[in-house]
Amino acid sequence: MDGIHDLGGKQGFGRVRHAPGAPAFHAAWEQRVTALYALAVRHGLFNMDEYRHAIERMEPRHYMAAGYFERTLTSLATLCVEKGVVTLAELERRAGGRFPLALPSAPGRSNASHREHFKAGDRVLVRQDAVPGHTRLPAYIRGKQGVVVSESPAYPFPDAHAHGVAAEDEPTFDVRFSSADLWPGAVDAAFVHVGVFQSYLERVA
Amino acid sequence: MSEPSPPPNAIASVEHRLQAIETALAERGVKLADAVEPAAHLAPETWLSQRGARVVAKAWTDTAFRQRLLANGMAAMTEMGIEMPPHHRHLVVLENTPSVHNLICCTLCSCTAYTVIGLPPDWYKDLEYRARVVRESRSVLKEMGLELAPNVELRVWDTTADTRYMVLPTRPPETQGWPLDKLAALVSQDAMIGAARV
Repeated sequence: MDGIHDLGGKQGFGRVRHAPGAPAFHAAWEQRVTALYALAVRHGLFNMDEYRHAIERMEPRHYMAAGYFERTLTSLATLCVEKGVVTLAELERRAGGRFPLALPSAPGRSNASHREHFKAGDRVLVRQDAVPGHTRLPAYIRGKQGVVVSESPAYPFPDAHAHGVAAEDEPTFDVRFSSADLWPGAVDAAFVHVGVFQSYLERVA
Repeated sequence: MSEPSPPPNAIASVEHRLQAIETALAERGVKLADAVEPAAHLAPETWLSQRGARVVAKAWTDTAFRQRLLANGMAAMTEMGIEMPPHHRHLVVLENTPSVHNLICCTLCSCTAYTVIGLPPDWYKDLEYRARVVRESRSVLKEMGLELAPNVELRVWDTTADTRYMVLPTRPPETQGWPLDKLAALVSQDAMIGAARV
């Protein structure tokens, strides 16, 4: 989905709030929610793609205003409600106030019907896929060309795995893009490498 | 509940929301609650950047290890006694040189090899870094205190899949002959992200 989470290349943000040596957690509840969601994954309540997608489905104003750990909490609660573990009414009664959850999911999809195998040095094109469900294809590389630098082991295909859709595991290819190709005009000179799932790619002749 | 009731339409605090989900799960026999306390301590006490720093120090001093690390990061972590979670299936170690600088990020969420380089810092997870790092890479680094010469090639790695990355910084030349502990103490988490030099 073209969600608010897909931030790569968005403009208008200010300086990075760099604070060397700051602790990873700032409150006890942040540690507890991190532990709780990790345990829920380990117990098979949901997988990492479902977890990420439930964060992406947060109402955009909520997503932007929530900190990292509130997004974790919202995803955990949303998935527990969607999977019938608990109702929203019970959560709100126990919490003593409103408990905003993520918005409903749209359908997922399986692997692309035609997948090619690439090797380092191959020139590839990122497909112009616009899907309503979960995807790990950041919008800033859609329709762009790059060069394969390496291949990963096979992973669950996120577009399916977040939705309970059957699919084959598939590798990602680390693809090198030139920043000037991604944002023609004014951009800092760099190569941007993205781990791109096989289903998102086609060969450039 | 002993706290004063909030107005009916108010959003409950994050602490009360967490307590609600934790209690609901526990009452359903989902045996999470017992494990939360030890797990909550595991994260800040175990997933520390000092682990990755030891890996860097070893790679600086042991050429054969460095080659194994660059060839197969996960196997090298096993060798160092560093576990990775089941969904991390591949660790790519990115070697900085005088002419190439690597920087890692996750624009879609905040993925990191947290068992190796430590839990990600706030700034790495913030909207500013995620939005700007791929497009305004050199400007972001400069603001963070690292100014790269124009002839240094910058490679930014966006963690969009379950491959994880860590940066192997260049070794300062004045550290020849130093013991491993002293070398490891030089290596910050920022250096393994690529936001700083050693």
